[in-house]
Amino acid sequence: MNHDQARYGDDDRYEPLLSEKDDTSVDVGEAGSPLPDDLTRDDLSLPSLAEPEVARHYTRLSQMNWSVESGPYPLGSCTMKYNPSFAEDVAADPNGAVHPDRSAESLQGTLEVLYGLQDYLARIGGMDAVTLQPPAGAAGEFTGILVAKAYHEANGHDRSEVIVPSSAHGTNFASAAMAGYDVVELPSGDDGRVDLEALEAAVSDDTAALMLTNPNTVGLFERDIADIADIVHDAGGLLYYDGANLNALLGRARPGDMGFDVMHYNVHKTFATPHGGGGPGAGPVGVTEELAPFLPSPRVREDDGHYELFEPAETVGKVHGYQGNWLVLLKAYAYIARLGDEGLEDASAKAVLNANYLAEQIDCEIPYGPFHHEFAATAGDRDAADVAKAMLDHGVHPPTTKWPEFVPEAMLTEPTEAESLDSLEDLAAAFNAAFDADAAELESAPSKTTARRIDQADAARNPRLSWRSIDAEE
Amino acid sequence: MSKRRHEDADGSPYTPHSPAETAAMLDEVGVESEEELFDVPPEVRFEGDLGIDPRSERELRAELSATLAKNDDLTEFLGRDHHTHYVPSVVDELSERAEFLTSYTQYQPEITQGFLQALFEYQSMIVELTGLPVANCSMYDAATALGEAARLSDRVRRVSGTEVLVPELLHENKRAVLDNYVDGTDLSVATYPMDDGNVDVEALADLAGEGTAMIYAENPTVRGTIEERLSAVGEVADDAGALFCLGTDVVALGLLEPPASVGADVVVGEADALGLPTAYGMGLGLFATREDFLRQVPGRLVGAGEDESGRRAYTLTLQTREQHIRKERATSNICTNQAWVALRTAMHLALLGADGLVDLASECVREAESLAERLGDLKGIKAPVHDRHHFREFLVRTDQPAPAIASDLEAEGFAVHVVGDHRLQVCVTEVNAGRADDLVEAFAEAV
Repeated sequence: MNHDQARYGDDDRYEPLLSEKDDTSVDVGEAGSPLPDDLTRDDLSLPSLAEPEVARHYTRLSQMNWSVESGPYPLGSCTMKYNPSFAEDVAADPNGAVHPDRSAESLQGTLEVLYGLQDYLARIGGMDAVTLQPPAGAAGEFTGILVAKAYHEANGHDRSEVIVPSSAHGTNFASAAMAGYDVVELPSGDDGRVDLEALEAAVSDDTAALMLTNPNTVGLFERDIADIADIVHDAGGLLYYDGANLNALLGRARPGDMGFDVMHYNVHKTFATPHGGGGPGAGPVGVTEELAPFLPSPRVREDDGHYELFEPAETVGKVHGYQGNWLVLLKAYAYIARLGDEGLEDASAKAVLNANYLAEQIDCEIPYGPFHHEFAATAGDRDAADVAKAMLDHGVHPPTTKWPEFVPEAMLTEPTEAESLDSLEDLAAAFNAAFDADAAELESAPSKTTARRIDQADAARNPRLSWRSIDAEE
Repeated sequence: MSKRRHEDADGSPYTPHSPAETAAMLDEVGVESEEELFDVPPEVRFEGDLGIDPRSERELRAELSATLAKNDDLTEFLGRDHHTHYVPSVVDELSERAEFLTSYTQYQPEITQGFLQALFEYQSMIVELTGLPVANCSMYDAATALGEAARLSDRVRRVSGTEVLVPELLHENKRAVLDNYVDGTDLSVATYPMDDGNVDVEALADLAGEGTAMIYAENPTVRGTIEERLSAVGEVADDAGALFCLGTDVVALGLLEPPASVGADVVVGEADALGLPTAYGMGLGLFATREDFLRQVPGRLVGAGEDESGRRAYTLTLQTREQHIRKERATSNICTNQAWVALRTAMHLALLGADGLVDLASECVREAESLAERLGDLKGIKAPVHDRHHFREFLVRTDQPAPAIASDLEAEGFAVHVVGDHRLQVCVTEVNAGRADDLVEAFAEAV
C-alpha cells in the first residue's frame, strides 16, 4: 500500500471528523417523542450525514490503516497471520444470527458447532474439558485462575499466591491480581528460561498456581517443563498455560501432556480469526478432569446426537453476560476444520521456519535461542522505538518493541507462517536498512506514512478524548 | 515451481511456500527438516494424531451451512440486554474491508490513523449520548462493564464503603459476572427492592450509607420499564458518598434523560444494539465516566494530538493504566477488546444521525406500548404487568403456566422469554414489529 494515497489536501488534519462534516441538533420534543418531557433529554447532537458521505469517510479511514492484507505484520506474541475470507462468509450465515436466550432445542445447529469446537480444542490442547465463554485471552486467564481458585477452595487449600515469570504477558499479572491473588514475580534464568532453583525458592504452601507460556515470550521452549510441573505439583499448586504462543506447537506438543492443569486458547491468534483493530477475540479455557466441575456455566454436551446446555457441578458462574464471542468461535471452528491435522502441523512448521529464516537474514543480535516461532532481537545502542519508526518507511509493520523487558531494546519478531519467502526478504531488508540508518534518519522517521511521528507524551499530558474536547480547545 | 496450491494439497492452504523454497530456507537455516527446529524434548512430544479431518473450503461452507440450518427458524421477540435492530448493508460492506478487519491494536499510530480516528469518533458519540466527558473504546459486554465499574468504585471511593447495591430485578447473568469481578476485592454485592418495576427510592435510601461503594440502577430496566426518579437515585448515592452507576444502551440514550443530568458517575451497558446483528450474545460494553476518574478508567482510550507536521493525529493514550505497563497494578486486565464491534456501532450511528436515532428510540417506546396493549386485551393475560412507560420490552403475566405458553409459541415459530412460573417477557423492535399481529394471534391460541 502507498501510505500517501489517503492524504487529504493541505488541511491541518488528515481526514475531518464526522462532527466537522455535520453537527445536527435535534429537539427531542419537536421530533415527536412519545414520552413525557421529564423522562427524556431535551436535544441530541450528532452528525447526520448521507450514506455516500459516510461510505467515503470510512473508506478513506480504511485506507489510512495497516492490516495483514496490507503487508507483513510481524508483531511478536500477537500472531498476525492471514485470515481466510471463507470463514467470514460462514460467520455471515443468517442461521447463525440467533439470540442467546433461545431454547437449546431450537438451536441444535449452533450448539453442534460449539460442541465441535470444544472437542477440537480439547484434542489440540490435550485437555479433558473446554469452556468457550471467555471473550478474550485475558478473560480466559481470569477464568482459568477463578477455576483454579475454586478448585483450591473446594479442596480446603488456603493459597494466596500466583507465580508469574518476569517475561510473561502483562495480562497474566493483571488477571491473577484481579482474582485476588498476590503475584510473585519469577526472574528469568540466564538462558531466558525458567530457572529451576529460583522456582524451587518461589513455591510454597501459598502457591495456588504458576502461569507459564511455552514457548515463552522470546520463543524459547521451556525444556524443563516436566521438572517445572513436578515442582509446582509437589508444592500443591496448579500449572496454568498461557496459550498466546500455541501457534508454535500445533500437533507436536500439547499443554495437557506437559503437565498443565488449565490453559486458555487465543483462538483469534492461533486459529486466524481477525483481530478487528484490537478485538473481538475469544479465550476458551481447557482443563483437566479434576477441574472440569468448576468451569463457567453453561457448557455444551452431546447425548445421542442431541445437544444440550448444562451447569458444571461446582461452577464458578459466569465471566460474560452470555456465551462470549460466538462469531469469533464460529470462524475458529471453520479454520481448524479447513486445516485438519496436517494443515495445523504445517502451519506451526512454517511459522517456526519463517522465524528462523528471518533471523538468519537480519544483521542485529538475537541473544537467546534456539527459538521457535518468534525471536527477540536487540536494537543494541539504538532506541528500538526509533528503529521501528524507520521500518515504517520501508512498507512493513515493525515488530513489538521494548518487550520483553529483560532483552535490552527488544524487537520481538513473529512473522507467522503466512509470510512468503519474498515477503521475508522484504522484512529483512527493512530491518537492516532501519538498523543501518544514521541518527538523523531515525529522528525524522517516519516520513512516508499517513501521519508523521506523533507526540504521544503530549497526547497523554493533555488528554483530548472526544471531539467535544477538541472543540472546547479551539 | 508454482506456488499455487490445489484445494486438496497437503498441509495448510495458507502457507505460501513452494517445496523448493522450503528446501532453500531449511538449507539457509542449517537444518535438514522442519522437525529439527522444534526444541521439544521427547518426553513431552506429541506423537499421536489429533484426529481432525481437513475439509476443502467448498465442503466446509456446505457443511456449516447445513449444520446451522438445524437451528429452528423462529421470529425472536427476545431482548434482555441483547437487542436486535436493523443494520444497514453498508455497515457490513465498510466494516469488512480487510484494512479494518485484519488489523491489530494500534501500537504504531502513524500507519493506523484510520482505526484510531474511527475509535475516537466512537468515544465522541458515546460522550454526546451520555453527557459524560470520558468514554473508553469498549468493554466486552454490559455485564463485564458493570464488573469493571464496581472495581472502579473500589479504586476511587472517598468513603470506606465496600457494598455494591444492585436492583433486585437484575439480569441473572449480569449478577453472576459481577460476583466474579468483585471476587478478588473487598467488595460485596447486595440488592435493593423495586417498586412496580422501578427503583424503590425510599427503600434504597434506607439501605444506602457509609458502607456503600456504588449504587447501580438501569434505564430502561431489565423489565423494559423507564425510570422516573433517577435524579433522586443520584442524590441517594451522593448522600452516601457512593458512586452512581447507570446501566443503559446506546439506542435508549437517543431519547432518555442523559445520564450526566441525573448525576451518573459511570455509565455502562450495551452498545451492540447498533451495528451488530443478533450474534448469540456477542456484545459491546459501554463505559463512560467523569473526568476525575480518567486515570482509573479500564480499557483503551484514543486521544487526539499532533504529529510533527502539525496536523491533528490520533494515538492510544494514558497507557500507563494498562496491563502491559503496570502489570498487576493495572486498572484492568482487558487487552483484546471489542474494537471492531465499536467500529460497526460508530458506523451505524453515523448513518442514523441525530434524527434517525431519536426516531428509532421513539419507535422502541411506541411498538412496546402498542404490543403490550394488544396482548393485555387477551383473556388470561395481563400486559404490561408494570404500570410504567416501556422501552422495547415489557412483562406479561399469564394465568396458564408460562413455560407451556412459551413452548406453544415456539411451535408456532415465536421465541419469548420465560422469566417466572406465570411471567413472560416480550421485546419488540422495528425488526420484528411486522410480525406483531401474528404473535398476538399465537398468544390468543396459546392461552
